[in-house]
Parts: sequence; C-alpha cells; structure tokens
Amino acid sequence: MKKAIVSVIGKDKKGIIARVCMELYNLNINIADITQTVMQEYFTMIMMVELEEDQVFAEVSSALKKLGEEIGVSISIQHEDIFGAMHRI
Amino acid sequence: MFNSGEILETINMVRKEHLDVRTLTMGISLLDCVRGTTEETVDRIKFKIGDYAKDLVKTASDLQCEFGIPIVNKRISVTPVSLLGGGRLDYVKLARAIDEIGRDLGVDFVGGYTALVHKGMTDFERKFIATIPEVLSTTSNLCSSVNIGSTKSGINMEAVAMMGRVVKECAKLTADRGSIACAKLVVFCNAVEDNPFMAGAFHGLGEGEKVINVGVSGPGVVHSAIKDLPNATFDELAEIIKKTAFKITRVGQLMARLASERTGADFGVVDLSLAPTPVRGDSVAHVLESMGIETVGGPGTTAALAMLNDAVKKGGLMASSSVGGLSGAFIPVSEDIGMIEAARSGVLGLEKLEAMTAVCSVGLDMIAVPGSTSADTISGIIADEAAIGMVNNKTTAVRIIPVEGKETGEVEFGGLLGEAPIMKVSKVDNSVFVARGGKIPAPLHSLKN
Repeated sequence: MKKAIVSVIGKDKKGIIARVCMELYNLNINIADITQTVMQEYFTMIMMVELEEDQVFAEVSSALKKLGEEIGVSISIQHEDIFGAMHRI
Repeated sequence: MFNSGEILETINMVRKEHLDVRTLTMGISLLDCVRGTTEETVDRIKFKIGDYAKDLVKTASDLQCEFGIPIVNKRISVTPVSLLGGGRLDYVKLARAIDEIGRDLGVDFVGGYTALVHKGMTDFERKFIATIPEVLSTTSNLCSSVNIGSTKSGINMEAVAMMGRVVKECAKLTADRGSIACAKLVVFCNAVEDNPFMAGAFHGLGEGEKVINVGVSGPGVVHSAIKDLPNATFDELAEIIKKTAFKITRVGQLMARLASERTGADFGVVDLSLAPTPVRGDSVAHVLESMGIETVGGPGTTAALAMLNDAVKKGGLMASSSVGGLSGAFIPVSEDIGMIEAARSGVLGLEKLEAMTAVCSVGLDMIAVPGSTSADTISGIIADEAAIGMVNNKTTAVRIIPVEGKETGEVEFGGLLGEAPIMKVSKVDNSVFVARGGKIPAPLHSLKN
C-alpha cells in the first residue's frame, strides 16, 4: 500500500468533492481522510489516499490533472514521504 | 498524519516559491575506459556512460511525478578528461563523444572537460587546455573547468595567464552566439570533487564508480519566509533561514537517496547551495534585499550575504546524511533577476561582487564584460578571485564572458543561463603582472590575523 496526499486547490464551485471522489473511485484508490476549507474564495481540499503497490503514479497523476483541467481547479498527488521528510525529524 | 498547514506549506513552496531540485547529477568514473587508441576509448566511454546513466532521466521524471517536486536538470559529471590517456588520445574526439552520449541520453549538461593544474602542469595538460576553445565551440552540452589554485599549493600563474587567453578564444569562436562558450567554462581555486552544479562539475579522483549528487534550490522559499519581517533582528532572521534551509535540504536528501537506489549508484552528497534562476521570485539578490537593503550591492550587502550563507549551511547540515559540493548561496549575475536589475542600474559593480565572493559560494559567476576586455585583464580578475579562495580556504571561481563585438548593452544566453548587462571593467595595464608566470606560494596556515 502506497500512501499519498491529493490536494485540490481552486475557485469554489459545486461538485468539486463529488467529481474528485468519483475519479478516485474509478481509479480504484481508497480515501483514508479528507480535510477541506474555503480560504479567500479558494477551495482547498486535502485527501490522504491509499494506492495499491502496483498502481503507477504517473497514470493516476495525469488522470487527476486532466480532471482538474475539466473542472477548473488544480489537482495534484504527491507521495506522503515528501511531507514526512520536510515536516518530521 | 500531517496537518493541513504542513501540507499547504509544502505545496506553496513548489507552486508559489519555486522550490525545486535544481539538479540530479550522476558522477561516473572513466578511468577504466582508457584503451590503446582514441577510437577504442571512445567506444568504451560511450558504452559505460550509456549503460550507467540509461535510467537517469526516467528516474528524475518518475521522482518528479511521485513527489511533486520539479527536478529541473539532469546532468552527468565524468573523470577529468585531461587525465585520460596521458596525452596519447585525441582530446577533441573524446569530448565530442561524451557530448554526443549526453545528448542521446537526454541529459541537460555533461561536466568534466577538466584539468587540475593548481600546482603544476604536465605537457599533456598544456595540450589539453589549448583544446578547450575548440571543444566548447563545437559541442553543445559539455562543460569545462580548470583548477588553477588551492590553499595548500598556491596559485599557478602560468595557468592563470593561459586561462585569460582561453576565455578570450572561447568568446571569439562563439561570437555569433553571444560568446556562449565562456558560459560553459569555469576557472577554479579549490575546486571540489563532488559538485553537482555546472559548469564546474567533474567526477573527482577520490570518488567511486558511480555516484548521485543532488543540488537543491530554494531562494524563493527563503525570501518568502523573511520578506515580511522588517522588525526581526538578525538572530531571528538567521533562525528562520536555518529552519527553511532544513526543510529544503530534506527534500534534496530524499530525492538523492531514492535516485541513488533506483539508478544503482552510491549516494554522494546533497549540495546545500541556494541556486537562483532568472525567474522572478527565485532570486538570492531579493533575499538580501529583503533584509533591508534597497538594491543588492549597496552597503551591508556583504554582511547580509555572509549571514545568509552561514545560516543556510547550519540549517542544511542536520537535514542530510552527507553534505558536500559547493554548498553556499550562488550569486551569478545573469541567472538571478535581482542581480541582473542591480547590475543594470549600476549599483552592483565587479568590485562589490568580488567582495561578496569572499563570504559566499562561489565566485564571479556569469559576468558579461565588454568584448574589448583583454586576456591579461581576465587573467588579473582570475588571479584576484583565486587569491580570495586560496587565503580564505574556500572555493572561488570565475565564469566571465567577454562578449565579442559588444561593449555595452545586454547579452542573452537563454534558459537557466539567463541574460546579463555588460559590466564595466578596469582598463589598467597589468600585462607585466600576468607575464611573470611561476607560482604564488601557498599562504601561511598559522599566524592568522
């Protein structure tokens, strides 16, 4: 199991969570945790997700990027180790 | 689990503050590639580099995708080419082969067309140095460096004189391209063996077979951390810079560890240098200005730079298991928008830059000067810079571009190399100084005052 962080940032509008969750479901990715806020009109959602070992990051990343372009928000996925490296000693 | 503040901090560093891994550089030893003829040696070199670095670009691209941290350049450094074959082989053919394999692999630069002549020069090294202008003007991605001095051995003034002429020749041969060959040539004092940055990277003789060295970046992140703190004391600023440098370096450490595992190379070093790019928001000069100096180059700049350089190292050291390379703040003129603007406005001149190099990595870097600047003047500048490195026990370097056919105005190099205003240079005659030759003896290591 590979843990990753999906971040969704963009102007708030209807259906962002629904579309992103549906895409993750279609990609066979489990969502372990979600936090979401709206800061200065900007919708910010952070999801902790779990990928199967054999899932290719590049494919998941490009599918999410494509969805982001469709709904007009920025979506990225990053392996959780980058946050561990930076914020935990 | 991370809180959303931590996650957003990392995301903003990349999205808004240009955090990146500047370079993933694979060092490869070519010592075992020497054969009886140039052709056989070329075959062996191409095979070895092609085999060792075959996954370098893909690895960088995979890591970028998985971790969301851009890896801007993929590079290779090789054993100093001057040492291959002891003068029996055709250096120019070796250079072209190395350049070609670098292009085939899709890397951005290959470093190591290098000679180490800080104490003395063999005949084959003289022959090698004479080939540098031809090589740099007829290859695309190959970089060259020559070490002409060190704290332990002094400054080789014959080599200094020679390098002034080599720089001029490089400028003339690429006059139609803004004298670009000079941007691929560094003259060092106290060159390091594990530097991942160009144009001065080479794979030193003390290194292993195959090594990954990583250079991180992040002036934008440091700038963002301190820019809105006009009332903070220097102690407070230093603390913030240390914490920021720690985070930046941890990213480099993770990338270096994974890249070395995936390419089957040894983990070399993380270079802690703050490396700017010409993009706005990625400038070391702006970090210095945010400490309260209107324009970089004004009084206080050298002290601000000394503090920044020291704090970056202190913060970075604990974040990595192995630190090396040049490790300091870079102040290249053409590659930093704040430096470009300061030089353009006339606030920043060569003399102040020289003083700044005494307290930071690395030296007079990417400086454009008038095409009429003589070889002797360039040699004098090289000697001055080498003296600062030799006496202060640090690396210094000169990467200077006497832009052929231009006396004033600007020159554009493109990409990471940026653009530079042509800076004024003293025209005082120093020909007798340069012609003396011999060596400036190594300095005392005691009685330091």
